[in-house]
Amino acid sequence: MQGVVTLNPFSPQAAAISHLFVAILLVLAGIFALVAALVIYASIRYRDRPGAPEASQEFGSRRLEIAWTLGPVLLLAVIFAFMVRAINASDPPIEDRQPDLRVIGHQWWWEVEYPKSGVVTANEIHIPIGTSMLVEVDAADVIHDFWVPELARKVDAIPGHVNHLWIRADTAGVYWGACAEFCGSEHAWMRMIVVAQPQADFDAWQSVQLTTPPIPVAGAQGQGAQLVKDETCLNCHAISGLPGNKRIGPDLTHIAGRRIIAAGATENTPENLYRWLKDPASIKPESHMPNFLLSDDNAHALVAYLETLN
Amino acid sequence: MSDIVATDRIAPLEENPERAGFLSWVASVDHKQIGIMYLLSGLAFFGLGGLEALIIRVQLAMPGNHVVTPDTFNQLFSMHGTTMIFLVIMPVMAGLTAYVIPLMIGARDVAFPRLNALSFWVQLFGGVLLYFSFIAGGAPNAGWFSYAPLSEPAFSFNNGVTYWVLGLLGIGIGTLAGAINMIVTILKLRVPGMTIRRVPLFVWMTLVNSFLMVLALPVLNASLVMLAADRLLNAHIFTPAFGGSAILWQHYFWGFGHPEVYIMILPAFAIISEVIPVFAGKPIYGYEFVAGSTVAIAFLSFAVWAHHMFAVGLGHLFDLFFGISSMTIAVPTGIKIFNWTATLYKGRIRFTTAMKFAVSFLLMFTIGGLSGVSFAVVPLDWQLTDTYYLVAHLHYVLFGGSVFAILAGIYYWFPKMSGRLLNEHIGNWHFWLTFVGFNLTFLVQHLLGMMGMPRRVFTYPDWPGWMTLNMISTIGAFVLLLSVIVFLWNIMVSLKTGEIAGDNPWDAWTLEWATTSPPPPENFDLVPPVHGRRPLWDLKHPDRADELVAAAAGK
Repeated sequence: MQGVVTLNPFSPQAAAISHLFVAILLVLAGIFALVAALVIYASIRYRDRPGAPEASQEFGSRRLEIAWTLGPVLLLAVIFAFMVRAINASDPPIEDRQPDLRVIGHQWWWEVEYPKSGVVTANEIHIPIGTSMLVEVDAADVIHDFWVPELARKVDAIPGHVNHLWIRADTAGVYWGACAEFCGSEHAWMRMIVVAQPQADFDAWQSVQLTTPPIPVAGAQGQGAQLVKDETCLNCHAISGLPGNKRIGPDLTHIAGRRIIAAGATENTPENLYRWLKDPASIKPESHMPNFLLSDDNAHALVAYLETLN
Repeated sequence: MSDIVATDRIAPLEENPERAGFLSWVASVDHKQIGIMYLLSGLAFFGLGGLEALIIRVQLAMPGNHVVTPDTFNQLFSMHGTTMIFLVIMPVMAGLTAYVIPLMIGARDVAFPRLNALSFWVQLFGGVLLYFSFIAGGAPNAGWFSYAPLSEPAFSFNNGVTYWVLGLLGIGIGTLAGAINMIVTILKLRVPGMTIRRVPLFVWMTLVNSFLMVLALPVLNASLVMLAADRLLNAHIFTPAFGGSAILWQHYFWGFGHPEVYIMILPAFAIISEVIPVFAGKPIYGYEFVAGSTVAIAFLSFAVWAHHMFAVGLGHLFDLFFGISSMTIAVPTGIKIFNWTATLYKGRIRFTTAMKFAVSFLLMFTIGGLSGVSFAVVPLDWQLTDTYYLVAHLHYVLFGGSVFAILAGIYYWFPKMSGRLLNEHIGNWHFWLTFVGFNLTFLVQHLLGMMGMPRRVFTYPDWPGWMTLNMISTIGAFVLLLSVIVFLWNIMVSLKTGEIAGDNPWDAWTLEWATTSPPPPENFDLVPPVHGRRPLWDLKHPDRADELVAAAAGK
């Protein structure tokens, strides 16, 4: 079923959950059908109507009680066995593997780090297909929850309590994820995407991310770069090659290459970036990005500069 | 007739000087008046909580709606949850028990009438304080669960969460006092002859539930005081940045919060266990098993709290333990469903409005109970928790379960309280609108959750199907609004012109139907003898009294 992501897995980890879910949904539907059939049958067959026999005064049956106690117990024992198997398949042990990825939840965006290569990005995770990546999940402020339903279980991002999960995609594609734990005003727009690509493409992406972009000096682009240095942008954002290395807002070093801005509130196009800079609240009402009351000219210059960061 | 007991031997009647009008209610220590005031306060808060839900549904009807701001939306769902749980279901259940229990056990009042009044007024004050937050800078916006550190001053700037803490403390203290009162009443004031094995299941389940409240509410009250210390005194108990623990709050909160779920559903079981037998014309099937399974649920409810925390990452062994314990609770719950269904068999079922709600409770609550199993299965919880699938699940339990049972109970006992029957024709409309509106609103939310819609989001991306399903849900909410209007209309019409009920309009068997409707202040002049579980049946069929039937079966 397209769109029903919890039943549409693209990794063995998610598939283990999805298969169990289908089986259990069928069992539950069967039990409901049984109860509903009994209730509806009794309601019609024994309803009060002229000539209906008097109600029989029965008090119970020990044999039946034992049957409908033991029946569910046995069924649950079977479910339990499958559950143990699915737990291990969907959330295998870490052993002494170092994390391939660190994802840190912020109000309301995701910081993404690749400790082995040093790449830092935001809201967009790239992974090579067919490889299980170990993700370390942390939070900078309140509790968030990392959830990419087609690829893995969800796990909370809790300040002071690091969690791990495996993420993997066997088919190239873009998979969306979201924060699943209520985390304040903009919880709805704390989304992310996972881009799964062949190893060669992933390597290429990674080497681009590691480059330091040139700082333009001329034209609107140069004006934009100057604004970034003169204004307060770098108090929160980091851009490789420019002073400061703040992690309060998303790293902007290669922002132009990303597909979304404002953690999924809108697509990353020059027009949307302009709207975002002019009035962040028009895209994400209570985001922490302030409205700097930029002049149209300055906003255009900033967009021109940011578009060079690719 | 030496069995007939004059009630002055049961309990002294609390002095209640003649007062008129408003003062006769405000100053009342009569359990019947207090019970009705609980119900009315529950109805008023139901209006507020329902209004909040409607605004939420309007905001979510279409993607990208701007009906309310994100922070207002968060205040609305925080207040909706808190209101429906603490100011609607709990007080309404408290009202029904306060009204019915003394009558059912042949007593003149509860054990501590003044404490009963205190319970009501303290919890009402808590509710008013909670709503005062709207005009004092903003309502609580950290959810009905107030997870730290989001509920800490660093992330929740207005005073809403502080009002939440103080309001809930009032409600918590009132509820605790009410539960103690019920325990003493049931243990000490039963009419002679009514042994603990002969009490109606409503009384039995209220007793178990009261013990549950006495054990669970202090956990809430203590954690609220700790959160208050964090917010007002910078205690940093739950702030990781200063050495506290965010997870500790979750353990405390769900240590109370899961028993709380049973505190809201056991009284529903209690109502259903009275309504279904009476309208099926049969004794409850498997009395001992229905009663015993209630005790099992109460015990287990203290060992399942962490199934709310499977996504926290506490280790597989931990998750497995709580997965097993949570699954186990399905067994005693199943026993109940099967016994209620068996009670229908070979009965002569009168489909009054009360019975329609009770029978549909069986179906709706079964859906909620079964979808609950998918949260006990740990890996499924890892996908489904905090999605709309969970929103659907909890509403099938608390609306399809608790609220349907409450409505069955109100149609059942309204004639006793008012002396007049609720109109059955309007009641039929009320029932079908509720049934259709409820399923329209919540059935599709299962699918939304499976499609990946997280809960507590003020909007969502415009993806295929998302708007259609959300729109259906919103339309359902308006059908529910209509059903509530019909219900209120029924109450008003019936209070004025409803059919006169008489003592026992349903041909029921428990002692509250042995006195006038409404009962006099002292409840009974004389209480019929109690030799079994159905004293009025025995009185009406002396040749087929339960005791004789049981004795004959024993031979």
